[in-house]
Amino acid sequence: MKNNNGHNKLIGAVMVVGGGITGIQAAMDLSEAGYYVYLVERSSAIGGIMAGLDKTFPTNDCAI
Amino acid sequence: MEAGRSPNIKIITNAEIKEVSGIAGNFFVKILCYPRYVDATKCTGCGVCAQYCPVTIPDPYNQNLSLRKAIDIQYTQAVPSSYSVHSDYCLFLNRKECKQCTRACQTGAINFDQKAEVFEYHVGSIIMATGFKECDAGSIESYSYKDSPNIVTGLEFERISSASGPYMGKILRPSDLKKPKKIAFIQCAGSRTQISGKSYCSSVCCKYAVKDAIVALEHEPDLDITIFFMDMRLYGKGFETFYERARKSGVTFIRSRVSEIKHDKDTEDLVIEYIKEDGTLHHDTFNLIVLPMGLEPHKENYSLAKTAGIKLNTHGFFQTGLFNPLNTIREGIYVAGGCKGPMPLPDSVMQASGAAVCASELLKKSRGTLISEKAFAEEISIDQEDLRIGVFVCNCGKNIGGVVDVVGVKKYAETLPGVVVSTDNVYSCSEDTQALIKETVINEKLNRVVVAACTPRTHEPLFQTTIREAGLNKCLFEMVNIRDQCSWVHAYEKEEATQKAKDLIRMAVAKAGLIQPLAEPVIDIIPKALVIGGGLAGMTAALSLAGQGFECYLIEKTFVLGGNLRNIHYTLEGEDPKLYLNELIDKVNNHDLINVITESEVESVNGFVGNFHTVITTGANHGTDREELKHGIIILANGAAVYEPDEYLYGKSENVLLQHVLEERIASGQYIPDKEDSVVMIQCVGSRDDKHPYCSSICCSMAIKNALKIKEINPATNIYILYRDMRPYGFHEDFYKDARDRGVVFIRYDIKHKPDVTEIDGGVCVTVRDPIINKDVVIDAKILALSTAIIPREDKKLEKALSVTKSAEGFFLESHVQLKPVDSYVDGIYICGMSQFPKPIDESIFQAKAAASQASILLARGYVKAEPIVSSCDTDKCIGCGICEYFCPYNAIKMTRINKKRKAEIVVAACKGCGVCSSYCPARAINMGRFTDEQILAQIKAFGDSKE
Repeated sequence: MKNNNGHNKLIGAVMVVGGGITGIQAAMDLSEAGYYVYLVERSSAIGGIMAGLDKTFPTNDCAI
Repeated sequence: MEAGRSPNIKIITNAEIKEVSGIAGNFFVKILCYPRYVDATKCTGCGVCAQYCPVTIPDPYNQNLSLRKAIDIQYTQAVPSSYSVHSDYCLFLNRKECKQCTRACQTGAINFDQKAEVFEYHVGSIIMATGFKECDAGSIESYSYKDSPNIVTGLEFERISSASGPYMGKILRPSDLKKPKKIAFIQCAGSRTQISGKSYCSSVCCKYAVKDAIVALEHEPDLDITIFFMDMRLYGKGFETFYERARKSGVTFIRSRVSEIKHDKDTEDLVIEYIKEDGTLHHDTFNLIVLPMGLEPHKENYSLAKTAGIKLNTHGFFQTGLFNPLNTIREGIYVAGGCKGPMPLPDSVMQASGAAVCASELLKKSRGTLISEKAFAEEISIDQEDLRIGVFVCNCGKNIGGVVDVVGVKKYAETLPGVVVSTDNVYSCSEDTQALIKETVINEKLNRVVVAACTPRTHEPLFQTTIREAGLNKCLFEMVNIRDQCSWVHAYEKEEATQKAKDLIRMAVAKAGLIQPLAEPVIDIIPKALVIGGGLAGMTAALSLAGQGFECYLIEKTFVLGGNLRNIHYTLEGEDPKLYLNELIDKVNNHDLINVITESEVESVNGFVGNFHTVITTGANHGTDREELKHGIIILANGAAVYEPDEYLYGKSENVLLQHVLEERIASGQYIPDKEDSVVMIQCVGSRDDKHPYCSSICCSMAIKNALKIKEINPATNIYILYRDMRPYGFHEDFYKDARDRGVVFIRYDIKHKPDVTEIDGGVCVTVRDPIINKDVVIDAKILALSTAIIPREDKKLEKALSVTKSAEGFFLESHVQLKPVDSYVDGIYICGMSQFPKPIDESIFQAKAAASQASILLARGYVKAEPIVSSCDTDKCIGCGICEYFCPYNAIKMTRINKKRKAEIVVAACKGCGVCSSYCPARAINMGRFTDEQILAQIKAFGDSKE
């Protein structure tokens, strides 16, 4: 995977560590803004704590 | 999730960082990937392996309240949608026996030969977003969490009340699966404590406890819910009204820190012993207790900080600064979200965008060098062809298949006119079904596709992309929701649900016969920005955009930049705001790409996303000179104002000051605290009342800051802070404790018994009812400082020009409180800083960066694509009545003249396809893309054509 771009050049890729809502949002923003993203997650799937929150309350009133 | 489909995001799971070398812009990162023992490219997510796996383990996704297998998937919609083997429990990995899963798997995806591997990646920047975790409830011994199954944590309760949770959304208590009658929430479990837990406030627990209580009452209206709390910290937009709503729906709030929970082994009930504010001791029995646990950093932060060469704060979260809330000590490495402290969801989302923009500023020269656009084959022309419709019916595992007879529905679909092929699939959204759909479109020469599955809200774009890959225009697609509308709502009427699924498919097929390919209009974007407001947020946003190479106009109403930050002279954190402000103003003024225009106001705004034309007036007396600016996006950051009250002798006695004036006097030496002095501060003046029903978020910290400053100058000065709830959330809790330790006296007052203030010689006399001793306390004060509300700025001209929606409180409204916290309701207009809501310095900065991030995505792309669902007007039929223009909520219709006749014109870039215009049009001149009158009528007719 190593790029031979030399050491002085800026690399147009970003590593995001953590695949929760924060990491996913950062990865989406960066990829849409023109950067390649490596999204690194410790567990077997991305989603983090938010994936476990009760989603039966999806109105704007929803708290956390 | 969209992240899984982006060609420019590589998701690396089961992985951790082992080594970081190099410098900003040019890092080498070594990643250790643990094996999942399942080849993700072969796994279809069918779940047969888990059915055969003999090892059952607690399911961490359901907070261990239910069971899963040693080979399983985290949750149904997980990305990647591949199973993985839990190496601690798998029989084969631990005892070399079993391998049931290998035999069961049809695709040969299971591979026990996988080994942990190290990969090296070359990146320009790194963003840490590793999050937080719940404190261990078992560590609070007096709460006997480990002894009673009926004491659950906040996250466990989230799963209990979730429809996808262990009890299918029924509120039951774990010991006997019976419905509890009385539930208690005990706040500050593991937070704000020196004994068992963390000293700081975890910021989110009050909010989620109130949310959980309201949700629980919606499930079961007869529940008796009590919340025990020290201070209810419902700061932030919309939360005070939320608190009110909880009280009105019958939740009881008791101000008390619960010291002990006793567990009754016979009934499994729980007894709480607590002391009320008036000193009386009470006992109460509950069937279920929820501990909304505080949040703590991951232990792995230590090793991660060491590997990455960055610092942790004293609490073990990643360290950042007040003015650099996303930066670490190592250039090129940024942090966002819960790994830098407890925070609510919108803050995490904004910090994520903010950190992304930090990286983007650093790497702007290499933007676009490593990404690829998704390339599509040319669209196939479907002119003059006979109808060839394909129907794909989804089981959604058991979600649909458990109720609806999917095979029967599939067979029925084959009989419908125009249908040439019909299939049924386990999961239509899985990668293998996508491949099947693509293949079928090509082999069967389909020219219309109907998918009967879940909701188009989440899945339509996926299927549209798939048929586009097969060469069909994405509008040659219809989706039928047989999950929400059949299997979910008619779970116990299987036959009727199946019949309804058939009806819905018949209707969709009838409509599909009439659908046509539509083009996606493309609109160019002027790569310039307009930032309105030259305060902290506006300047930060402008610098971020300019730092990425985009030209900016920064307009400011007054003659000087700085806004409310000019009123701040020192900070709790000890960082110097004056120094930072001056540096910021210098940077803005000296940046080649920022055009600062002071003493200017917006007069009118025309156009739409990508193409705004704004007329501003400039000059000392506002209005002498006019200038037109052309730009692609707008960032709105015109700040907020300080409320001036008409109570507590404000304006009548020279000893009564606003809190920020006291700060200025202390900083300038105009007020030198004397040991004989008493200083009284009253909180919530004009906040959390009828006039301003919200909490202004920053006043508690500000009062503590000034109190600590006075104590620093003269420890003998007496300070009294009269409050309703102290809300120094997050790490500011430590300063609150410091203030108490230094002798600052905090006295709570009730809104029904506000403090009384009278003038005396050389000061004012303040009388307040102390609820603990239940007696009046009388203080002769030299200074009375009022912590008044932060109120929205009134700027009718600007609001009219932008037609941006405001919330009930009068602040600009974001399009989604949680997930789109900086987008306004108008495309291309972003909001940040105190114009969105009162907030401290660091939050203004990362919100401004987040707004800049969203804006720069558009500016960098250079174009926007409008959805083909926009409306179109047949000018021959249009009678020019203008009713559509009047009702359009997005200003997307303009009346123009064609051959001297008034006609409606659709501004495609602004249209959202809501259909209001079309339904009001008396001449039926307006049609919606993908929803023409003709198509809808065909659908209705098909509904009546039942053949069975």
